[in-house]
Amino acid sequence: MKPVVFKEWKDYTPGNPSDAFFGKLVAVAAVAVVGLLSAWYMEHHGHWVTGMNNQIVWGMPHVFAVFLIVAASGALNIASLGSVFGKTPYKPLARLSGLMAVSLLAGGLAVLVLDLGRPDRLIVAMTSYNFKSIFAWNIFLYTGFMVITGVYLWTMMERKMNSYSKQAGMVAFLWRLALTTGTGLIFGFLVARQGYDAAVFAPLFIAMSFSFGMAIFLLVLSTIYESKAFGDFLMFKMGRLLGLFVAAVLYFTIVQHITNLYAAEHSAVEMFILVDGGIFTALFWIVQVVAGGLVPLGLLFPMGGGLTRGRIQLASMLVIVGGLAQVYIIIIGGQAFPLVLFPGMEVTSSFFDGVVNGYTPSLPEVLLGVGGFGIAGVLLMAGMRAMRILPEDLSDKAIDPHYTE
Amino acid sequence: MSEINRRKFLEGLASTTAGIAIAPGVLLYTTQAKAAVEGVSSAVRWGLLVDANKCSKDCNACVTACSKENGLVDNGRPTTDPQWIRKVDLKDKKTGKETSLPMMCQHCAEPPCVDVCPTGASFKRVDGIVLVDRHICIGCRYCMMACPYKARSFVHEAVTDQKPDIPRGKGTVESCSFCVHRVDQGKSPACVEACAAKEGAMTFGDMNDPKSEISQQLAKYPTTQIRADLGLDLGVRYRGI
Repeated sequence: MKPVVFKEWKDYTPGNPSDAFFGKLVAVAAVAVVGLLSAWYMEHHGHWVTGMNNQIVWGMPHVFAVFLIVAASGALNIASLGSVFGKTPYKPLARLSGLMAVSLLAGGLAVLVLDLGRPDRLIVAMTSYNFKSIFAWNIFLYTGFMVITGVYLWTMMERKMNSYSKQAGMVAFLWRLALTTGTGLIFGFLVARQGYDAAVFAPLFIAMSFSFGMAIFLLVLSTIYESKAFGDFLMFKMGRLLGLFVAAVLYFTIVQHITNLYAAEHSAVEMFILVDGGIFTALFWIVQVVAGGLVPLGLLFPMGGGLTRGRIQLASMLVIVGGLAQVYIIIIGGQAFPLVLFPGMEVTSSFFDGVVNGYTPSLPEVLLGVGGFGIAGVLLMAGMRAMRILPEDLSDKAIDPHYTE
Repeated sequence: MSEINRRKFLEGLASTTAGIAIAPGVLLYTTQAKAAVEGVSSAVRWGLLVDANKCSKDCNACVTACSKENGLVDNGRPTTDPQWIRKVDLKDKKTGKETSLPMMCQHCAEPPCVDVCPTGASFKRVDGIVLVDRHICIGCRYCMMACPYKARSFVHEAVTDQKPDIPRGKGTVESCSFCVHRVDQGKSPACVEACAAKEGAMTFGDMNDPKSEISQQLAKYPTTQIRADLGLDLGVRYRGI
């Protein structure tokens, strides 16, 4: 393999007018700005203007934030494959992988912070800690991830530091495992709610991160590279890997549900999600399992015909849609199911005890969530413009060690 | 040279005298502050016993008293309006037996809300009362996710005309405080006082004091902790459920 030449986005494709960059940047920035305006609207009026309430306390912003945070750690996997696991074909993508991980995390955290009741007190969250809280630990895991990935990028981009990039990559890989574990345990440690209270959320979230991160990475790559410069060898390799990750998510999803079904006290919440939960049941089977799991598997490991670029792109999109549905079911479904305080009793109250809690997301909270993608996109594009992130050539000739003319 | 020394001596004398003069004031001030803190003691564990046999389905006196005492306003939006205490009606699916009871923060000895709060805004006083420090609550609502009793409310809109003793604020989380401002004055929570005038179903007191009425009733009658399986050692106990 010849040495990889990295370029800023502006002079990447010959004949690509630089205004194409700014056109795309404006479009992505508009999504971010709409998200910020939505956050301002919500904070100005108070959360009563959203669909969230005292029963469904976490809503759409949290769905998008958790998705982005989980995908962030997954996006770093491509770099880990190269430097930790020694898979040479992925090495040219390590810089983009690191930058995307930081950008997605920043986008997710921005949504999380902007949805706080008091986002102006962010400094309190940074200075006042309760170390028994997994949330407080996550604040360190997230900021630490940014710093470590930043150092990792530096070791890759500064020639004098190149010899340390394997070690930095190893630290970043271990850290990202801890980070996704921490994110999963935000739910796993909630002993009060029947839908949570399970340690399997930690490995489930790690599998989800592999899958979501790879899907986003594949889509971004195929958006910014022409097919000539981004060869089938690498694309198919990543596509098949995505297939494995999708299978892993399905596996842990099965474990999550059969574990809950085994405990009699949790069987009601399982019936709710799997059988008679209305929107949640539909989302689970149709969007998460079929559209986001089985169909991508079929596309990525085709029985008839070969793997194609189109199939990989479609599978990546479906994985993202299925992933958002999965996070929605976990976060909203887990709250919609009523808390069981009096087993064997019919329960009624003025505070919606004993009933399935309804949730109708308002437009601003959805736009804030989508704005997280915008914020991540702006950071990613700015990074690609300012730094030599993108490898000039990802064609089969440059990447495939067994390439023949 | 000797003059400078004399001046230094006089300066030293003046500052020492001033120090001696001011010191008692300073000491007095710190002593006062300490006395206020000592008012709360871990020797006390405040608790509430609810006798559901006496609690009538039609009575809402405890809820009304709580709203009045703590300045909770009904905005006509039941899903987002705060409720620190609520009446819960139960019907046994097998026997049809009906029960009514008030539900509020259970003031756990091992409160999950305190465990999960990232900033330490959710805290437990040494006398067992679980509170929210509104100055460092960032409004993340993780405590609401963690509370097994759905006892907490998020303030979804601006609050006006607040009671001086009960600071509240948009964007923070709140819940039953056992009317801590009244307890610190030697009174009972507002709900207990209101119930005493109607049904007499609530008993408030120090669960650590064997002579208190609540301790004697707890010793005499079988009582229930809701979701006892969680092992949270609740400050609110129920009879007749």
